[in-house]
Amino acid sequence: MSIFINKHSRVIVQGMTGSEGTKHTRRMLASGTVVVGGVTPGKGGQVIDIDGHQLPVFNTVAEAVAATQANVSVVFVPPKFAKAAVVDAIDAAVPLVVVITEGIPVHDTAAFFAYSQSKGTTRIIGPNCPGLITPGESNVGIIPSDITGTGPIGLVSKSGTLTYQMMYELRDIGFTTAVGIGGDPIIGTTHIDCLRAFQDDPDTKAIVMIGEIGGDAEERAAAFISEYVTKPVVGYVAGFTAPEGKTMGHAGAIVSGSSGTAQGKKDALEAAGVQVGKTPSESARLMRALLSR
Amino acid sequence: MDLFEYQARDLFEKHGVPVLAGAVATTPEEAEAAARGMGGKVVVKAQVKVGGRGKAGGVKLAEDAQDAREKSAAILGMDIKGHIVGKVMIAQAAPIAEEYYLAILLDRSNRTFLVMASVAGGMDIEQVAHETPEKLVKVPVNSNDGLSKSAAVKIINDAKFPADIADQVADALVLLWGVFVSEDATLVEVNPLVKTSDGRIIALDGKVTLDDNAGFRHPDHEALVDASATNALEAAAKEKDLNYVKLDGEVGIIGNGAGLVMSTLDVVAYAGEQFGGVKPANFLDIGGGASAQVMADGLSIILGDKDVKSVFVNVFGGITSCDAVANGIIQALEILGDKAKKPIVVRLDGNNVLEGRRILDEAAHPLIQQLDTMDGAAARAAELAAK
Repeated sequence: MSIFINKHSRVIVQGMTGSEGTKHTRRMLASGTVVVGGVTPGKGGQVIDIDGHQLPVFNTVAEAVAATQANVSVVFVPPKFAKAAVVDAIDAAVPLVVVITEGIPVHDTAAFFAYSQSKGTTRIIGPNCPGLITPGESNVGIIPSDITGTGPIGLVSKSGTLTYQMMYELRDIGFTTAVGIGGDPIIGTTHIDCLRAFQDDPDTKAIVMIGEIGGDAEERAAAFISEYVTKPVVGYVAGFTAPEGKTMGHAGAIVSGSSGTAQGKKDALEAAGVQVGKTPSESARLMRALLSR
Repeated sequence: MDLFEYQARDLFEKHGVPVLAGAVATTPEEAEAAARGMGGKVVVKAQVKVGGRGKAGGVKLAEDAQDAREKSAAILGMDIKGHIVGKVMIAQAAPIAEEYYLAILLDRSNRTFLVMASVAGGMDIEQVAHETPEKLVKVPVNSNDGLSKSAAVKIINDAKFPADIADQVADALVLLWGVFVSEDATLVEVNPLVKTSDGRIIALDGKVTLDDNAGFRHPDHEALVDASATNALEAAAKEKDLNYVKLDGEVGIIGNGAGLVMSTLDVVAYAGEQFGGVKPANFLDIGGGASAQVMADGLSIILGDKDVKSVFVNVFGGITSCDAVANGIIQALEILGDKAKKPIVVRLDGNNVLEGRRILDEAAHPLIQQLDTMDGAAARAAELAAK
């Protein structure tokens, strides 16, 4: 088992004909993902050969879904066109839309997120995220597929490279699914959504949750863990040394006044019974110890 | 990007929000000329992006143009909570009858926008929210629905604004929503919104934060950047499209991915506790594709920071492979030549790590030390910086 994606996931790539889209379509195919086509408005009707896979290109997501029975879309469209692309996918009622694009204006994200909520048929992951992977089954986005294989840990993280780092540290144990939810101020799928899904997934035995400064998602996740999660959770929070008022790489990673600090998040998680490591390696050791009990 | 008050005033004016005449001045002479143009009493207001300027003496009423010149001379150059005043706004003085509060902001927790309104204006709104929450009305606004006049009227009535000005305030709120949406703001706050003694509603002080990601549809926002506040190293990094933030420590940091770099800063700070409190000197994320040129640009910025005593390059090869990063480091040092003098601790892991480490071992560059773990490398970099 896994969450959100599995071997039955049929993936279309919005922006497949662009350089990033093509590059990552190739990588997704190489890791066994069932990629069934792409969408680029104005380029419909073409067939693109990517490493021997003949992939049809469509003008709209609705056409792509009708022709391929796709149930996942991954978006590699530049920021300027990202809102239109996501709205197109929501209109086609694609159940899962993974938005990799970094740098989307937050008004655009707020608009397509609100639209997805009003329709109620699409889960959005991201934007500004690395995507998600169910090792050995499906890889949607840009997470390297060769870090580790399948295993009992579920991982949810705001950060891409910390996701990779943690998968690498625990590569001998493996993961059910690792989800990069993204570092923007508004994201479609939160820590809480992933925690709930991992709690409900019988194959996930323990959960790693990686957070960072900014907002109160980790504090809310901590409250949710107290209420709902019975599986062991190990945490990590980045950004203890970040100065107030400075954006640290991710658009959402900013301490404003006394809110959004790493210490506040760590305290909240610990109060909910989550073991929080001081470094990624220490968090990995904590997880190892938990699983060997 | 946070705007100065005078920039917020200008944006408000552009969108029809009622404001008083105001002009920015960087010298007492300019202030005098601006005050003369307005005539009568004016207020001289320090332009700093920090609260509490009134208490610090950064806001003064001036009787006339000559007085405005003198008050400006006193305020310009003042240090308000670490912010040196480089500009003042000369604003028309107005007889204030009442002070209110309006704001529109991005509500991250609820992933929507929020309108806040209160008749308790002119105060710290967090204090109002804490002590008298019943005086602060908060209403979520869906991005796709927008804020209609009738919705604004309801908010203003719920916040118990006096009936005689409720309609004017609702109009102002709708106009502020226009500012919020059409300028891609994440915060538009008016505190205070005032009723003058002759019954007019005026946005007296404004705070606006603009979304940097939306710059592509607002070429005019570039002109709002405060060049004087940008650190020289940050400016140089921006020119090279590097994601760099100057900090106040001694260990220069380069990494890939925002989360990993933030984590690297923390790990260095922990390690530094054992070496006399050594701290990270900067945040620098070179992103996923760490080419030799990007690595050279990054190293060059960091080695140009006189506070830096050692450098820690912390890369996890995800998409990028470690051999490319290793080659990038070697080539970067070739490009920099004699300019590179400080020890560089490198930790590589992930994609093709063995080849990456082999390349660095073989190069045997005198400045480079390799360690296998992030924690170990952080400790070495801190130790080297403490020497």
